[in-house]
Amino acid sequence: MRANWLAHAVLCCGVLLFLLPVWLIFAGSTQLSHSIARGELSLLPHLSGLDVYRRVLLGPGVNGEASVPHMLMISACMALAIAFGKIAVSLLSAYAVAFFRFPFRMVAFWTIFLTLMLPVEVRIVPTYLVMSDLGLINSFGGLTVPLIASATATLLFRQVFLAVPDELMEAARMDGAGPWRFLVDILIPVSAANIAALFVILFVYGWNQYLWPLLVATDPRLDTVVVGIVRMIGVESLTPWDEVMAVATLALLPPVAVVLLMQRWFVKGLTEGEK
Amino acid sequence: MERRTIFPGRLLPAALVAPQLLLTVVFFVWPALHACWMSLHSEDPFGLASVFVGFDNYAALFGDPLYIATVARTIVFCFAVASISMLVALPLAVFADADIRGRAVYRTLLIWPYAVAPALAAVLWILLVHPQIGLLGRPLDRLLSLAGGHWDYKLNGGQALLVVVLASAWKQVSYNFIFLLAGLQSIPRAVIEAAQVDGARGWRRFRTILLPLLSPTLFFLLIVNLVYAAFDTFGTIQAMTQGGPAQATQTLVVKVFRDGHDNGDLGSSSAQSVVLMLGVIALTAAQFRFLGRQRH
Repeated sequence: MRANWLAHAVLCCGVLLFLLPVWLIFAGSTQLSHSIARGELSLLPHLSGLDVYRRVLLGPGVNGEASVPHMLMISACMALAIAFGKIAVSLLSAYAVAFFRFPFRMVAFWTIFLTLMLPVEVRIVPTYLVMSDLGLINSFGGLTVPLIASATATLLFRQVFLAVPDELMEAARMDGAGPWRFLVDILIPVSAANIAALFVILFVYGWNQYLWPLLVATDPRLDTVVVGIVRMIGVESLTPWDEVMAVATLALLPPVAVVLLMQRWFVKGLTEGEK
Repeated sequence: MERRTIFPGRLLPAALVAPQLLLTVVFFVWPALHACWMSLHSEDPFGLASVFVGFDNYAALFGDPLYIATVARTIVFCFAVASISMLVALPLAVFADADIRGRAVYRTLLIWPYAVAPALAAVLWILLVHPQIGLLGRPLDRLLSLAGGHWDYKLNGGQALLVVVLASAWKQVSYNFIFLLAGLQSIPRAVIEAAQVDGARGWRRFRTILLPLLSPTLFFLLIVNLVYAAFDTFGTIQAMTQGGPAQATQTLVVKVFRDGHDNGDLGSSSAQSVVLMLGVIALTAAQFRFLGRQRH
């Protein structure tokens, strides 16, 4: 019994450690900006201040930035394009590597594998130069396409495909299924749970990008909501705290909702995929 | 691990890998090679011509006390973030694995922070620790002023490093929690029950049974956390302190961005990129060697 009591106490502390800061920005968003700036931030939300969400969602941009719905839309498009793009590209390349023999198959595989060791952060300048040579700076394609290559997703799909029994494929071929039919009718349904898990991981990855958009998009019309918030708190004396906190709350909701709604697949896929 | 049955044909598979391969070569391999090339060259002041300078950029880099200080700071930062987030996640995972009421709810409430962007974690923490408006920062400032001090992470380098470490570690706890919980759940119940028969409970059970069996997961997480702290915290640091005050919170990635993107020092920035690449390769190699050993 004593152990149970201790477990509840520790877990409640952990839960509060995460909920408290988020509750604070929600509560803060409903309070007056100048009283927050005076140091009167309180944990009790003012219900009358909920109007801030209407202002933020319908009004023009805060501090001359792009409007908030526009930033949310860019974030959503970027996250979806990256998630679906990575899944499609990785699925196809893993399929080729696992179910075909072709010259330089392993060279192709190891080249893809190499990208694990070359995150954007280590090749900032040369990547920027390639982007500008290709005319991809300040374009939606530039924001998404280079992030679509994925070693992790390819490795995961290859692992899943290698576990598909040979008998299944023999049976499919006996029934006259070609490579395309086999992929669509058998492999994709078989790996549906993995696709769902990857979707969560990649959606969160895409939504949360910060350095990449900062690097390749200076046009405010391409600001994601994460980039936008950091820009809003830049000049502190002018920060409209209530609006910043409202936008931060809105920016948190979509990725958290995706994780919570698809929690079961996500946890399984994350822990199995990374090993 | 090879298949017995395969599809015939060469053109189709080549077309299937082509998109991935093209993206990889254009946006990863080529820039990486270009970084190596640029790191061995120096541009004239007008950026018109570049001359081969051998390892001069590297020599200048490692002769620069500011760079050495940044390397040391990054190492301290990474280990601080990794150990704090693992130490917080471990008890949470152990208790969430216990047979208690409402554990599914606890798990859900500890998993969602995975979705918080590193840059947003910084915004959340600013509102906690800001000396004038922060919920914790204000009382802390009052407390410190009793002793003649001040709480202001915008001016005090040590305090700045502390808040950046805490915000970065906070964001990573749920990732560690998910993996530690999965690690605990994969320990066969029979092992734990046998230990219970032998009278191992509570702390003793944790130390003698769970911790040794968790050690592969802990090692894996240590590497992942170090990589996270080194590379994914750019947003957190940029949003909270921009690497300041002075260079107190500047990590290697922040410095590469500053020197290469903001100041346009291509030679030095490329040399820094190559050093970072070697770091990632070493960490990844360590991880895969270890995983390889686990399998056999």
